[in-house]
Amino acid sequence: MNVQETLTKSLAEATRQVFSTMLSMEVEITETLVERGLPEATDGLVSFIGLAGTWAGTGSLCCSKTLGCIICSRMLMVEATSIDEEVLDAVAEITNMVIGSVKTELEATLGPLGLSIPTVVFGRNFTTKSAGNTDWMVVRCRCEGEILSVKMCLAPSEKISHVVPHSLGQTCVVNL
Amino acid sequence: MESDVLVVDDSAAIRKILQRVLRQTGMAIGTVYEAGDGQEALDLLKAHKIDLVLTDINMPKMDGIQLLGAIKGSAEWNSIPVMMITTEGGETKVGEAVRLGASGYVRKPFTADQIKEKLAGIVELALAL
Repeated sequence: MNVQETLTKSLAEATRQVFSTMLSMEVEITETLVERGLPEATDGLVSFIGLAGTWAGTGSLCCSKTLGCIICSRMLMVEATSIDEEVLDAVAEITNMVIGSVKTELEATLGPLGLSIPTVVFGRNFTTKSAGNTDWMVVRCRCEGEILSVKMCLAPSEKISHVVPHSLGQTCVVNL
Repeated sequence: MESDVLVVDDSAAIRKILQRVLRQTGMAIGTVYEAGDGQEALDLLKAHKIDLVLTDINMPKMDGIQLLGAIKGSAEWNSIPVMMITTEGGETKVGEAVRLGASGYVRKPFTADQIKEKLAGIVELALAL
């Protein structure tokens, strides 16, 4: 199995496991794909975590405001109806767990990888881009009637000099 | 006698979950202090008598491995059990935590039962010493 196949399989499994264990939520994998170029503008929440080592890249989780609030409500056992610090923190931590699990599995093949602190963006009509032209492995899921996308781009370090998410349009950026 | 616990994680959500789990263990838990990084944790250790530390590894300013090293390198604190709760599952980090004297290790995502089971083991070991 090549790195891309391992990555896609690992993203799907980690997402299922984290949502089931931490949130008691089922996710249905609806699609796996390779995303090339600039993704379409989106609304909602996007979180990012950087990976660094002999391979480097970014892991990301994208969901609607509604799903973000559901994640927070299930995780903290409080009712969340709008995006606040608790919702952003809950989404960041779920991303940390999903990407952290994938990282641990990949380390068996790729060697030690470092994980950055997560960053979460909430906004409307924004798009994201990584410096470098690495493809994103994308796992799309359905969860509580909402769409959840978990993505990762990863390449040998010499191919990626620096990977930074950029945001455009009406956005609020929060570093957690 | 109640045990005072220090929970260290940069995620407020995880600190909240661990607070809840600690209260469900059946152990006599006193005050649960919270820190968002290793440096804040050291400040709380200096100010209070802590009986148990639960810490994440990946945190800003001072990470959990550095915090563990500081606790185990201190004559005052080296008997405090430290349990690591983290997404880090690589052998490098686990090995380093064990070498530095971590009493237990739980990987995220975790269930409340996993935390309770590890804590019971740590308490049993502490009583045996």
